Amino acid sequence: MFELLTEKFSNIVEKLKKAKRLDEKTIDEALKDIRRALLEADVNIDVVKQFLSDVKEKLVGQEVIKGLNAGETVIKLIYDELLNILGEEAPLNRSEKPPTVIMLVGLQGTGKTTTAGKLARWLKSKGYAVGVVSTDVRRPAAGKQLCTLAESIGVPCFFEENEKDAVKLTEKVIQKAKDAGLSHIILDTAGRLHIDQELMDELVQIKEKVNPAEILYVADAMQGQDAINTAEEFHNRLGLTGVILTKLDGDAKGGIALSVRKVLGVPIKFIGVGEKIEDFEPFHPDRIAQRILGLGDIQTLMEKM
Amino acid sequence: EKTKKQFVDSFSSISFGRKIDEELFEDIEMILLKADVGVKATEEIIDFLREESKRRRLKDGEQLKELLKEKLYEILKECESPLNLGEERPAVILFLGINGSGKTTTVGKLAAQFVKDGKSVVLAAADTFRAAAIDQLEVWAERAKARIVKHSPGSDPAAVVYDAVNSAKSRGDDIVLIDTAGRLHTKEHLIKELQKIKRTIKKLMPDQPVETILVLDGTIGQNSINQAKIFKEATDVTGIVITKLDGTAKGGAIIPICKELKIPIKFIGVGEGIEDLQPFDAKAFVDALFD
Ligand SMILES: Nc1nc2c(ncn2[C@@H]2O[C@H](COP(=O)(O)OP(=O)(O)OP(=O)(O)O)[C@@H](O)[C@H]2O)c(=O)[nH]1
Ligand SMILES: Nc1nc2c(ncn2[C@@H]2O[C@H](COP(=O)(O)OP(=O)(O)OP(=O)(O)O)[C@@H](O)[C@H]2O)c(=O)[nH]1
Ligand SMILES: [Mg+2]
Ligand SMILES: [Mg+2]
Repeated sequence: MFELLTEKFSNIVEKLKKAKRLDEKTIDEALKDIRRALLEADVNIDVVKQFLSDVKEKLVGQEVIKGLNAGETVIKLIYDELLNILGEEAPLNRSEKPPTVIMLVGLQGTGKTTTAGKLARWLKSKGYAVGVVSTDVRRPAAGKQLCTLAESIGVPCFFEENEKDAVKLTEKVIQKAKDAGLSHIILDTAGRLHIDQELMDELVQIKEKVNPAEILYVADAMQGQDAINTAEEFHNRLGLTGVILTKLDGDAKGGIALSVRKVLGVPIKFIGVGEKIEDFEPFHPDRIAQRILGLGDIQTLMEKM
Repeated sequence: EKTKKQFVDSFSSISFGRKIDEELFEDIEMILLKADVGVKATEEIIDFLREESKRRRLKDGEQLKELLKEKLYEILKECESPLNLGEERPAVILFLGINGSGKTTTVGKLAAQFVKDGKSVVLAAADTFRAAAIDQLEVWAERAKARIVKHSPGSDPAAVVYDAVNSAKSRGDDIVLIDTAGRLHTKEHLIKELQKIKRTIKKLMPDQPVETILVLDGTIGQNSINQAKIFKEATDVTGIVITKLDGTAKGGAIIPICKELKIPIKFIGVGEGIEDLQPFDAKAFVDALFD
């Protein structure tokens, strides 16, 4: 733990060792390390700036926490602030009148179709009658991909190969799914760029057709600095109700979690942790906060207190 | 609200038409970080700019901008390089990378280019894992007018590769493009599977170099560097394709990758269509960073 801290947070550990109270100058030194850690975690730089100026205000004049030295105190307070921003685990919204429609949107290849299967499995395991529908007329074999996943977990899948218009396809498949008397319908959409106006309009039209209780933005946890611009554009056009982060089974730090939380304010609801359909969990802010800071075992720090 | 406003004018907000001062260096740092160049490489580049601008006695911001462009171009130019297709036929190109980076699409686009050049192309459907991965590649084979070699879902990818290369050899095809399943660089058993695929090719064609192409998603940030490092060590990556550069992400993570790992960059992906694959052009890439 201390080795890790010394290497990663050399400013904090060296310069703050002996301080009793946190003064502005030493905090500035310490925040250099934090800034670096956040940027290496792909937190958006504008968010980093904002975050650091916010925490600095809170840190100046703080007393050193009992049992910790000044450097550790800074890390602990920043960790708490990260947790604060990342927010609590949030439950899924439900429509008053079933079925509840959950729409998945996002950039190409982030994991929407796989996540549709994972979410269906998760809801099914909670006892709900779930179905999935594909509205992807663009990606080769997109409908087949979703329906193969659905079949593997025994939930109905609705798609029509011959309908090449996404909005018309939506009308058809959603009607069929509604007729099947389901409690939840998960709607997969084709990946698209936020700057592709035609395809963004298409999403708005799909939304209007299905009146979803949830519009979840499926984001790759590895995304870089631009991630927030993309997410913001989807949010502006659609009014996102939540985020699902995928591919957290790798070694990416997932700084996008902090960026989207801080800028969009919508909750992160689930995370994807593998390619297999069961690799899916509700979001836990503490694990992401630790990851972003790069503290493998901040637990040790907590135990010292 | 305040945070929001800053996002809108990230690149265009920086004007170089002023005197070189501390603020300008900070602005340049912002550009580089926002383009995903990363902390370490950005620091190195800024240090270089400080020293070199002093040495050259530069005064004007525009001159500093040109110096920066020059430097980035110098780094990336070393990574410009065409495909190495070897002496024998078929040439074998193996595509690998993390999940969803654009491997299958890139295989389809490249196949179309080769076919257009009059080559006979075979696609090996070695992603036997992901749902409908074979069907997806089949659509691309049709679009590109290439032959596809496939087994059933769940079968051994190395066996598919064996059949594809072997049949291409006996039929005298020009090129075999191998589409593999997405895998994270951190998953050892999946890396072993790639190594097995490479051994299979080597057995059939011991003297033929295998272009081993890592497909990197251009929207990914600092993790791309780890991906490149680990895949390179494990599978001797010989080239990179960066995809999804038609969005607003700049793909700057390629700068530290090129700088430190010196892996040649072969193509960039600029869309989902069959023609949206371009040879990597260091100059155009640098210019795009400043758009
Ligand atoms: N390792 C890992 N892979 C994942 C995860 N979620 C999805 N994937 C993989 O990511 C790749 C892309 O997933 P898809 O579900 O096809 O992505 P998509 O967003 O539907 O893609 P488009 O429809 O083309 O936009 C596939 O190889 C999935 O198996 C995850 O949590 N971890
Ligand atoms: N905008 C854009 N989308 C791309 C580009 N290249 C690929 N895509 C899209 O990204 C998504 C994933 O592409 P695939 O080719 O399926 O990726 P993959 O690496 O084969 O994915 P897995 O096999 O699941 O690991 C698809 O929706 C593609 O259309 C590109 O250059 N630009
Ligand atoms: Mg999909
Ligand atoms: Mg693929």
